[in-house]
Amino acid sequence: MADAVLAPQRTVRAAPDRHRRGAARWLVLAAVALVAVLTLVPFAIMVLNAFKSPSDYSNGGPLSWPSGLYTDGLVNYWRTSQYPLKLWNSVVISGSVAVAAVVVSLLNAYAIGIGRVRGRMSIVALFLLANMLPQETIVYPLYYAAKQLGLYNTRLSVIIIFTVVQSAFGTYLLASVLGTFPKALLEAAALDGAGHWKILWRIVFPNVRPTLSVLLIFFFVWTWNEFFIPLVMLVDNSTQTVPLALAALQGDRLMDAPTTNAGALVSLLPAVAFFLVFQRTLTRGVTAGAVK
Amino acid sequence: MPATTTSAAPGAQVPAHPTAAPAAARRRRSRHPARTGGLVYWLYLLPGGALFAAVIGGPFVASVYLSFTKWSGVGDPRWVGLANYDRLVHDEIFWTSFKNTVAMVVAMVVVPTLLGLLIAAVLFDGVGRSFHPRVASGLRAAIYLPQVLPVVVAGIVWGWILRPDGAANAVLDAVGLGALTQDWLGSPGTALPTVMLVMIWVQIGYPVVIFMAALQRVDPELYEAAELDGAGWLLRFRHITVPQIRPETFVVTLTCTIAALKVFAPVYALTRGGPDNVTNVPSYFAYYTFFKKLNVGYGSAIATVLTLLIVLVTLAFLRLQRASEQAEEGN
Repeated sequence: MADAVLAPQRTVRAAPDRHRRGAARWLVLAAVALVAVLTLVPFAIMVLNAFKSPSDYSNGGPLSWPSGLYTDGLVNYWRTSQYPLKLWNSVVISGSVAVAAVVVSLLNAYAIGIGRVRGRMSIVALFLLANMLPQETIVYPLYYAAKQLGLYNTRLSVIIIFTVVQSAFGTYLLASVLGTFPKALLEAAALDGAGHWKILWRIVFPNVRPTLSVLLIFFFVWTWNEFFIPLVMLVDNSTQTVPLALAALQGDRLMDAPTTNAGALVSLLPAVAFFLVFQRTLTRGVTAGAVK
Repeated sequence: MPATTTSAAPGAQVPAHPTAAPAAARRRRSRHPARTGGLVYWLYLLPGGALFAAVIGGPFVASVYLSFTKWSGVGDPRWVGLANYDRLVHDEIFWTSFKNTVAMVVAMVVVPTLLGLLIAAVLFDGVGRSFHPRVASGLRAAIYLPQVLPVVVAGIVWGWILRPDGAANAVLDAVGLGALTQDWLGSPGTALPTVMLVMIWVQIGYPVVIFMAALQRVDPELYEAAELDGAGWLLRFRHITVPQIRPETFVVTLTCTIAALKVFAPVYALTRGGPDNVTNVPSYFAYYTFFKKLNVGYGSAIATVLTLLIVLVTLAFLRLQRASEQAEEGN
């Protein structure tokens, strides 16, 4: 009876499924729910301590319930880390990289997938290889070159580097998408006298826009979360990103428990907000990426 | 796609054209992109190619060269041949860091893939069907959450929780297991397993989401037919779920293995490779050698070996995947 209500679309099936019978299904649910709760516990502890005063913390420890809502930790971190500036740096870097990397990926993929230039397989392999390369292998020459060129500790240095790193993946993905682009469309456009530049922007671009927007979001999020190269390249307050700011203050004596937790909270909020807004696109993109 | 309608037109249009010669020339040109390389397309590779050479190609070659030199970052590098590699082979920290890579593969690939397969199957096949798909996607979102945030932020939160006076020990005290409390990240015995646990927490959401998406691709009739034949859940899991989503399993294990070989931020945030190098990993070891020891040649050698390892692992994976696909077709 309850089954029929809970799963109306499956009433046709008469075969007894042990997962829809009594205790077993609740046990399964409980087990998975336990995993989910365990995953969320650190977040709960973080939020709990972000709004707890230092005296509450020293009296009751990390698990006690705060005696009042304390927001000085938040204010503290906001000021010490110059959070709005960090947020702006992250937005500028991730936004520029996302747009630039999508454009570069599209140009590369157009030459490979539609232009079918000679040796395209090796070019794709090269880009794929670049995507797997550990950043440690390129970091020192980049650091040295940036210092020589006066790009060290500028947002531009990180923007250029990640434009290339992300477009390596984008080229690989888009080249295979464009490789299957309907030839009839291209031929019709060429017959109407459209040159390759016009074909790219009038025919190809509108057709692959959904894929490009998935790439755009991916590049933005990936760049936002990057740590290693920004750690090396960006050394002061005026250029550092949100994740770097928190790491830079780690272990600082200004960082008491509430401030650390409040800092972590505001550092992960943009990422979580972004995820909630684009959840659908991202899960669709994950699927698109999973099946080659 | 409205434009497809015009694709039928070319044959009809060409003869109608006033002058035949330019039309033929245009048609020849129009065929061009469909076949191989008009030279003009190389122009499109120019910006990407130049950037690639400047940011990845050049620095990579430079790094391999530097691995044969001694250099502190100022002055000129001095050629020392294989001396850095010879030193690596005898360096205990090097071996520890690469051994820890195996631990990272266990924590970031083996456990998340197995657990993820199980959770995805249970969520999709069990919870999604017998309760409501919403319940399943809610649980999935909760498990995926750690994947969303900057991993260094996760590392800092965990580092704080695992401090001697942190929440982990407080929880143990609260449930009467006070005897188990310790300095989780600070003592050599527990540091590595603790870092591994954190990495499982970070990583688990990724396979769950990919596998759940993959399961949507599987024909539900397979399951229904198996159920009618009286196959239990375990049997269906083994004979339908696992083989059906094999392509995704390959992608997940390959990408996670590469991520495990490269892992840096969590180690940086949690332990900085300590205590006494028990949690050191190649990427942190290279970073430390570059920027703290200022030994660029030696750091480059570490990075080069790591690159080589990643390329070899990837090639092995791809070969394994091809073999498995061929075996599948043979059946």
